[in-house]
Amino acid sequence: MTGLLSADRLRLYRGDRCLIRDLSFALNPGELLLVEGANGSGKTSLLRAIAGLLPLDQGEIHWRGKATRLHRQELSAEMSWLAHRLGMKYDLTLVENLRFEARLRGAKWHDQESLLRRLGIDRLTRLPLRALSAGQQRRVALARLILSASGLWLMDEPFTNLDVAGHDLVLELVREHLRDGGLCVVASHQSFDIGAPTRRVTLQ
Amino acid sequence: MWTFFHKLASPPHFYRIAPAFIRVFAVTGLVLIGWGSWGGLFEAPIDYQQKDAFRIIYVHVPTAYLSMMAYSIMAVSATIGLIWRMKLAHAVAAGAAPLGAWFTFLALATGSIWGRPMWGTWWEWGDPRLTSQLLMLFLYFGYMALRSAIDDPLKADKASAVLALVGAVNIPIIHYSVYWWTSLHQGQTVMEGKMPPEMLNPLLINILGFTLVFGALLLYRVRSEVLYRERRSRWVRELVLGGEMR
Amino acid sequence: MTPAEHDGSDLLAGFSAIVRRDLLLAWKRPGDALNPLVFYAMVSTLFPLATGPSQQQLLLNGPGVLWVAALLATLLALNGLFVSDYEDGSLDQLILSPQPLPLLVLGKSVAHWLTTGLPLVLVSPVIAMTFSLPTEITGILLLTLTLGTISLSLLGSIGAALTVGLNRGNALLSLLILPLAMPVLIFGARTVSLAVAGDATSSGVYFLAGYCMLNLSLAPFATAAALKISNE
Repeated sequence: MTGLLSADRLRLYRGDRCLIRDLSFALNPGELLLVEGANGSGKTSLLRAIAGLLPLDQGEIHWRGKATRLHRQELSAEMSWLAHRLGMKYDLTLVENLRFEARLRGAKWHDQESLLRRLGIDRLTRLPLRALSAGQQRRVALARLILSASGLWLMDEPFTNLDVAGHDLVLELVREHLRDGGLCVVASHQSFDIGAPTRRVTLQ
Repeated sequence: MWTFFHKLASPPHFYRIAPAFIRVFAVTGLVLIGWGSWGGLFEAPIDYQQKDAFRIIYVHVPTAYLSMMAYSIMAVSATIGLIWRMKLAHAVAAGAAPLGAWFTFLALATGSIWGRPMWGTWWEWGDPRLTSQLLMLFLYFGYMALRSAIDDPLKADKASAVLALVGAVNIPIIHYSVYWWTSLHQGQTVMEGKMPPEMLNPLLINILGFTLVFGALLLYRVRSEVLYRERRSRWVRELVLGGEMR
Repeated sequence: MTPAEHDGSDLLAGFSAIVRRDLLLAWKRPGDALNPLVFYAMVSTLFPLATGPSQQQLLLNGPGVLWVAALLATLLALNGLFVSDYEDGSLDQLILSPQPLPLLVLGKSVAHWLTTGLPLVLVSPVIAMTFSLPTEITGILLLTLTLGTISLSLLGSIGAALTVGLNRGNALLSLLILPLAMPVLIFGARTVSLAVAGDATSSGVYFLAGYCMLNLSLAPFATAAALKISNE
């Protein structure tokens, strides 16, 4: 099986329970992998395993044809992880957080007014994240995802806490990302159609 | 050669062959301890300085040596488990820790009893060996506490393996610093000079005997550990439900 | 979409980014850095109160008391090293960032030492004065405490990484790290004592410096490995 991102017979246990048994898939530029399943079915665990946060019990994930177990850096340089938790410091402002992310990736930070306006958070730049609503914090996380300029987006329940406009915004951003040749893995308990090549994995 | 190790590392195979080793080790070890202790307690000449008090070395030295040995076994098998993800190695590390702690405790206790007639006190901070044994005991406690604090056994294996490695790097440094500390303090040394063979031979026999008994205890513990860890697997289910495994 | 290339400046960028972020965070929550310092001062004053105000005794026990207090204060401060990153999910992002994790961890330790270890070193001469230790030893006191607290911070970061996410992490961290911290305590306290007595101190200083180098080079790797395991 070939693809930019491919998985070969993944097996994942959590404690004594087998969450994922012999899962294989391949994903190419412009394609979306939608991981569906009920709460506790292992969606987050699968995403964490793809990201490399969780060791696999069996199987191998390849990125650009190389096993990620041995070549972690090459995947993480091109991957961005939108987790359930914010992953930023609540005591710092939006700009301070995003500036840190930019520096971490060795990039220069410059004003991203148009992007922030598009996400509807351009007026919140002086507040610590603690003062933002859950939905607004979610939008800040989306800003980081976009600014990382990564090829592969891993998104865990991206619609949580977002209003209708935010929901549509996520779909739009994913669509654009795929159109630009990016890859996307989304774990969500709600199904959606995005009008792009989509592979589906349903976890029991 | 490789297939031999591979087979040894497979839990059901280990479970099946371990009892034979346990029996041999335990019987030989106990016989040797009996022989060595007889030689040490009744046949070895009296020490001109320490009189009969020195005879505790026939227990003290083997336990002190095994307290170190157990940590080495723990650290080495933890490394193997961490690098080659070998389940049995982690079980060995888990089984070696409480044994090591017990032998360290025995070494401390016998050392302290030995110290009573020698120094006139139960505890002498000036003796570097006792002090570093005590720190060793604390290292074992830390290792076991970490293991028991982590619920997920796989995670506990790996986290405690990291700790065992850090400890292994630090033990020589701890020893060195304790010796440096007591050298300024003019600590008394208990044993000096060469031992005559009729004193030394029983000691060597006892060291070998204690080591074999330690090996038997370790295998026994690891065997139970393997059984518990593999409780969901098919071979254990067959073992429990279908009588003895062929 | 090309694989990112790493050179030296890039590595330094990640390191300095995390140092600056953690310093900024400490600036916004000064209490976190202040608490260990107050603890240090308080424990140091407990001892004279417990043992009596005799100058002779203070002169004899002062270095040991200072070092025990510094050790405990450092361990107290280390509890929080990774907890907030673990809870808000930043740890995921750090582990997954293209920067090598040991370097980021080292950055965190450096920032942590600057905000908790360094102030502790700086107030020590004042506390030493209250123990009527001679002022001539101020230099050796600052030097040994600097080297010692850096070692303790790095060693402690391993313990903090192993216990992050565990309920009973606080007491456990001390249990794991205290035996490992003994060399620092022994050499630190003894060297200051020797200085008070007017003896040669170089062997202790060399040891502390060497041990500090060892920790600087090895501890970040152990901490990084432990963090990955704890964050699974």
